[in-house]
Amino acid sequence: MATRLRRWRWRFGVALLAPWWWFAAGTACAAAEAQPTAADPALEARVNALSAELRCLVCQNQSLADSHADLAIDLKNQVREQLKAGRSDRQVIDYMTDRYGDFVLYRPPVKATTLLLWVGPALLLLCGGALLWRMLGARARTSAPYFPFGATRSSAGLAELLEPTPDETPTVSERVERHGSDAIIVDAYQPSAPRNGRTAPITLD
Amino acid sequence: VKARLFAPLAGFVLLAIMLGIGLRLNPREVPSPFVGKPAPAFSLPQLHRPGEHLAPADLKGKVWVLNVWASWCVACRAEHPLLVELSRSAKVPLYGLNYKDDSRNALEWLLRFGDPYTASVSDTSGRVGIDYGVYGVPETFVIDKAGVVRLKHIGPLTPEVWARDLEPLIQRLGG
Repeated sequence: MATRLRRWRWRFGVALLAPWWWFAAGTACAAAEAQPTAADPALEARVNALSAELRCLVCQNQSLADSHADLAIDLKNQVREQLKAGRSDRQVIDYMTDRYGDFVLYRPPVKATTLLLWVGPALLLLCGGALLWRMLGARARTSAPYFPFGATRSSAGLAELLEPTPDETPTVSERVERHGSDAIIVDAYQPSAPRNGRTAPITLD
Repeated sequence: VKARLFAPLAGFVLLAIMLGIGLRLNPREVPSPFVGKPAPAFSLPQLHRPGEHLAPADLKGKVWVLNVWASWCVACRAEHPLLVELSRSAKVPLYGLNYKDDSRNALEWLLRFGDPYTASVSDTSGRVGIDYGVYGVPETFVIDKAGVVRLKHIGPLTPEVWARDLEPLIQRLGG
């Protein structure tokens, strides 16, 4: 028994550790891959910051910085070359948009054609908010609150939903028989107008 | 009350229409900023005669088609028979931009599958490709007599695309 338990504990420990092995192996691979080639770390930081803003045309949901596509590497080299030659970020971005259009920018400029893109989310939020406001207002004006104020009344309503209306009011012993001895029996206060013509205490399970 | 009843239906129809339009769009088609602008200049060695350079300026006064291709490009194989056929009918001069390729492989490829190009130029580094906004080979440009890009097609040419987009345009341009 004891050895069996120990064996299981060991297995459990391995199972717990396994993901960490994977993780460690993964980071080791990543570390081997990402060799900073930069002789000039400041330049490399600029290259990376700028290429994170530019979309890779081949794998369109990655930035140039993330992508290992051939074209992305070429374009990143272009960025590096041009920054090295003393061009400004603006000039490099213009170089890219001249060739690939605004599509290369992850942050497209605000123009007539991109207006919907920029204000669209705010517009949707506004519409949703207005709709919610109206619905809540309408609900407050027309219908009574779904859960009334008193606990007794609310439990009465709940019980009504749960319980088919009995033809005849069950006695306490009948109720216990039906719901077991744990049944909570609530003698609910009945508002002045009796519902369904009955003025009986109501059970709540 | 009726309007309220039909609101969800109206919403659904609107959404269906929007999604339907969205399905028909091609998200990979990057709108080219070149259309209507002068073709970027280059001067590249010709594939068959590396000693001789070719520049777009040499082709002024002609309507011509620039096709970006490479021997490593699978989709280029798919469009190649069409290009060969078009070159036989000699409707429009077809120039090739051999993109990021090894010259020997490129020449062998043309030997094997036929050479539809009036001339091909070697863009070994891919710099001219970048200047033309190339991101997926094959790509095809139609350039008019004034040296202005009139159309860019991304991906393999098909007879349908040729008949629908390129041929009428080339005729209109007087090629």
